[in-house]
Amino acid sequence: MTSRTTIPLPLRANRVHEACGAGRVGFAVATMALVRRTLWIRESWQGETLNPLGLADFCDPSQLLVAQTKDQTDMLAVAEEALRDGALPLVVLEITRPLNLREGRRLQLAAKAGKSIGLCLIPEGMGSNASETRWLCTPLFDPDDSTLMSWETIKNKSGTNGTWHVRWNAAARRFDVVCPAGKRPGSAGAAL
Amino acid sequence: MWFARLASDRVLRARPCDGPFALTLKRANADRLYCLNRAAEAQNLSRGMTFADARAFCPDLLSQPANLTEDRRFLHVLRRWATRYCPWVGLEGDDGLVLDITGAAHLFGGESAMVADMYQRLKRAGITTRIGLGDTRGAAWALAHFGAGEAAPGQPLAALGRLPVAALRLDDKTTTALQRLGLRRIIDLEKAARAPLARRFGPDLMMRLDQALGRQPEQVTPLAEPPHYGVRMSLPEPIGLFDDVMAGTSRLLEQLCTKLKTNEAGARVLELTLRRVDQEAQTVELRLARPLRDAQRILPLFTRGVGEVESGYGIDQLRLEATQIEPLPVRQLSHVSSGRADQLDDLISRIGTRIGLDNIQRFLPADSHIPERSFLIAAAAYSEPEGPWIPPRPRPQRLFAPEPIAGDGSRPPKHFRWRRMPLTVARATGPERIAPEWWLSDDNWRSGLRDYWRIETQQGRRLWLFYTPQSPGWFVQGEFI
Repeated sequence: MTSRTTIPLPLRANRVHEACGAGRVGFAVATMALVRRTLWIRESWQGETLNPLGLADFCDPSQLLVAQTKDQTDMLAVAEEALRDGALPLVVLEITRPLNLREGRRLQLAAKAGKSIGLCLIPEGMGSNASETRWLCTPLFDPDDSTLMSWETIKNKSGTNGTWHVRWNAAARRFDVVCPAGKRPGSAGAAL
Repeated sequence: MWFARLASDRVLRARPCDGPFALTLKRANADRLYCLNRAAEAQNLSRGMTFADARAFCPDLLSQPANLTEDRRFLHVLRRWATRYCPWVGLEGDDGLVLDITGAAHLFGGESAMVADMYQRLKRAGITTRIGLGDTRGAAWALAHFGAGEAAPGQPLAALGRLPVAALRLDDKTTTALQRLGLRRIIDLEKAARAPLARRFGPDLMMRLDQALGRQPEQVTPLAEPPHYGVRMSLPEPIGLFDDVMAGTSRLLEQLCTKLKTNEAGARVLELTLRRVDQEAQTVELRLARPLRDAQRILPLFTRGVGEVESGYGIDQLRLEATQIEPLPVRQLSHVSSGRADQLDDLISRIGTRIGLDNIQRFLPADSHIPERSFLIAAAAYSEPEGPWIPPRPRPQRLFAPEPIAGDGSRPPKHFRWRRMPLTVARATGPERIAPEWWLSDDNWRSGLRDYWRIETQQGRRLWLFYTPQSPGWFVQGEFI
């Protein structure tokens, strides 16, 4: 499963990307750690909220703006406005219903106009054809560490797919790519 | 013009009552009567009396706490009304107005007719008034407070002489001392030798006497009208095209912004009213993320609102008003300041026109160990980013309302189901005990103490569980990335 290609991160600017899976919030937080200012758009009826104290280890919560919209139409309008403006380098959307091709394409055009990055957090199987990359993110259990995640590209318009295991490096304050478990040199199950 | 019962008149105008009525104000550690109506005064109540005493004397006394800011506002309303008589109207203390009617009296048919007109109108409005008319401000004050009347021009002493010395706007101590000396009326004071009096009471007494008798000038300072931030434009022919309306708005904005700039103010809320030929009016409201007075920046923000307007048969009047103003001092431009913050503010305003300015929020730190209360959510337009953020212990990135799971005992369950997923605990870190804040009542924390555990499952999900020892149960409240 290891990929010889390098991980396509940071995400390509001027495009909109997608992340799904149980670890999609982790992926968004990793992306926020790379840029300074972020707009996070969510629908106001959703019960789950971000916890700034939890984010503080990864990025600066004071640089985060949260927009609460009443439905997904408003969310897309706000996202398009923010992407086109470019004042905020990253716009994260919590999608609840699948985007059609027109909506996805409009977001792409807006991101291109504003030179910003869009990231849609989607429930599994709700991807849009217009997205640049789609990431399947799953948290993994690791006996030594509690930040191990698997990031897998399941769609990539300008490159090949691959799987990477990453963990948070608290000292350097970044995510490091590590060998997948079981193939690590010295471990019992290491492949030859 | 002296409004003897301004505060109670104001309240009774809104809610008339026939019986004794008083406003109370807490002074010197007791509720005291602040202002009474005529019926209450007839019961021998007086100002400054404690409210408990007053109620003992007069059991059916109705009362209400006084509102000094509203009284002040009401006096300003009256001041504005009084400019119908003359342009020079100033405030006189907390309950009076001073009008300089020089050259304006003939418009009302002479001084007496003017005063009669004032009495009539104020009586109709239900305000007890006493008006004094004199050559000087001091004379008018004395006549208003101590026996209303008019002083004949040139002879102030004839009208003032019989009034007590308190009518000279002196403090209580001086008044009492003068009365002990036998100088009870103004005429006595005038006849007495000046030098010993000045030596004993200081220059103030003689100054007041001279001011009342016109030997020393005293000005009436009119209050400046507060600036009005509204501009309008009437059109000879109705318009209906989007570009035309925007061009009109642009011209109005320029006028308004010039006005704002002169007063070093910035607009927070703007209201554009478009009146149609059929007298229908439509309003476009624009709320800004920062106070602004830059026409070039405000105009594009109107695009969305104006686009939604139904022009019908055409629009023939545009009116632009800044309904909420904030001070915005002139700032030094420097080469290090970037336009980045401005761009973000504009973006927030623009998004705010669609979803409401309050729905764009940011997090602010708060001093609490309770996870839900360890941060505040504030509208981004009305707050500044704050820091630093120091988590006391590792905290989950996502929080949700506690979701119960099956489990018993104070150790985390080995296997449990959460959101229809069977999960196996591989590592549990904890407990971290958080006690409820007893000084705040919070229904979610009724179950008492919580022991928080950080759970890493074999399946990968990392959850934040808590156990409530005082009413045993296990809950999931957050998820780590």
